[in-house]
Amino acid sequence: MNPSTRPNSASDTLENNDIVIRTENVSIFYGAFQAVRNVFLDVPKNNVVALIGPSGCGKSTLLRCYNRLNDLIPGARVEGKIAYQGVDLYDPKIDPVEVRRRIGMVFQKANPFPKSIYENVAFGARINGFKGNMDELVERSLRGSALWDEVKDKLKESGLSLSGGQQQRLCIARTIAIEPEVILMDEPCSALDPISTLRVEDLMHELKKQFTIIIVTHNMQQASRVADMTAFFNAEATEGGSRFGYLVEYDKTYNIFNAPKQQATQDYVSGRFG
Amino acid sequence: MTSLTTAPAETLIDSSTKFQPERQINQIFRWLTIALAVCVGLVLLWITYSLLLIALPAIRTFGLGFLTNSTWNPVEEIYGVFPQIYGTILSSFLALLFAVPLGVGVAVFLTENFLPPKILTPIAFIMELLAAIPSVVYGLWGIFVFLPAIRPILQGINRAFGWIPFFSTTPGGRHLFGASLVLAIMILPTIVAISRDTMSSLPPQLRQGSYGLGATRWETITRVLVPAGLSGIIGSVMLALGRALGETMALAMLVGNANNANISWFSPASTIASLIANQFGEASGLQKSSLFYGALILMVLTLLVNILAQMVVSRFQQVE
Ligand SMILES: Nc1ncnc2c1ncn2[C@@H]1O[C@H](COP(=O)(O)OP(=O)(O)OP(=O)(O)O)[C@@H](O)[C@H]1O
Ligand SMILES: [Mg+2]
Repeated sequence: MNPSTRPNSASDTLENNDIVIRTENVSIFYGAFQAVRNVFLDVPKNNVVALIGPSGCGKSTLLRCYNRLNDLIPGARVEGKIAYQGVDLYDPKIDPVEVRRRIGMVFQKANPFPKSIYENVAFGARINGFKGNMDELVERSLRGSALWDEVKDKLKESGLSLSGGQQQRLCIARTIAIEPEVILMDEPCSALDPISTLRVEDLMHELKKQFTIIIVTHNMQQASRVADMTAFFNAEATEGGSRFGYLVEYDKTYNIFNAPKQQATQDYVSGRFG
Repeated sequence: MTSLTTAPAETLIDSSTKFQPERQINQIFRWLTIALAVCVGLVLLWITYSLLLIALPAIRTFGLGFLTNSTWNPVEEIYGVFPQIYGTILSSFLALLFAVPLGVGVAVFLTENFLPPKILTPIAFIMELLAAIPSVVYGLWGIFVFLPAIRPILQGINRAFGWIPFFSTTPGGRHLFGASLVLAIMILPTIVAISRDTMSSLPPQLRQGSYGLGATRWETITRVLVPAGLSGIIGSVMLALGRALGETMALAMLVGNANNANISWFSPASTIASLIANQFGEASGLQKSSLFYGALILMVLTLLVNILAQMVVSRFQQVE
């Protein structure tokens, strides 16, 4: 297929027309290397959108553009338009720090700060000049990430003393605490055991009542369990030999897994992909 | 000779007695290493033992009063190193006061992509060169170039803030403050090198996590990275302190070698190391013994600082 044609956009068929993030013809470069090409992708409010696809197709790259974390990578460049509630995120007048306060991120590897559990959760609020009741915010965030009961008696202990699964939920709590509107998750469960994974997935069902979530995952079952919408990316080699990623198909999760329109999607979700 | 393809198991045992150069070399190295370790241990013991032995008469005569007595009188044979202890600790403290913020600042600057690599590499290289300059060169430069250069400034400070005890004397040609500044330059590379290693070995996820929560670069550095690397930074400061306490040549040339513990930083002073460097030539008898007593005190002081540094640094490595 020609990747520059606009893939089937499902958003017109959605009942919920409230689009939080609009991705219009976005290409992403690392220096001269084009990692992602011509992506159109609209994220509806209070949905979970899963990004799936083979390794190296640019899922993380795209995700990092939604909160301008790619700004930290020297040479990274975005073309096209990413609009958050109608505002162009890459407008020169936009402060990337402010963007990241509204669009939080949870990373593949749990990365709590070497501080107490309490301070980990309070960190974002403190730097945002939060004036309210900090104890209450910390409790609410930890409850929100289903961690409160496990840590309520040891809030003063180091965040690093928790298990991997608990650490990841701590990182989710930390993100909820800044009260963002969108949460980006890059393979949040890839280092977790099945039980912790299920916990985090349950959590996502809870969280989407309040937040909009974009999640990258390699786990098909996970995508089909948690996501309302799924975007399948693929990578294609150019004449020069380098590979670029592009969006193959974006639709309701049910359609992607049961009635994909593209052969590549069909191959990938049924495991026939190399 | 039962099989040509697989040798019988007994040959395994045989092979150990066969000549195998690699095994031989391993053995030689093992013994060499053990012998060297033993030698180093013996030398250390020897030094400590002779220090104690020679210092013993002075320890017997002056006891702990040696630490608080300010007299150094070879005629009446009364010795005490209070001014030297005071000078040693104060000069090291002042040196840290200047070198720590500067050193940590430079380390952060070098690791946090403030500058393009083209500029960073030379700066890092210059920092390392700073460590390679012999201390006598620092002393010479200090006495003929640096101290005269800063003298007008210090005189200005003395005129304006002379009512503060620390600045209450008119700065002459040599003084504790100037010596401390040069000392600060000398220990800067230690602080920069170790703090920089610490900062750059912090997991990148820490940075991302902080930025991802909407922290600015400044907030990320001050609230996440520096606290995370704190034990490593403290370790670097301890090592620098160890060096500052024992630094001899530059201080002997710059500190003024006055046997008094003046509250004013602008007056000449003395340190244990510079005292020893200045007196060992003509010392004998109880004076020599007292120098060894002083050396012992210095050794204990630096040993304590080093042990503390090791503890802090190893605690940091455990966190990693
Ligand atoms: N910091 C970077 N600098 C240069 N190139 C990069 C950088 N990060 C990623 N890339 C390149 O961009 C392409 C997409 O990488 P990305 O990490 O987004 O893939 P991904 O889909 O997230 O893969 P995975 O599923 O393995 O995480 C790859 O070819 C990769 O080599
Ligand atoms: Mg990735």
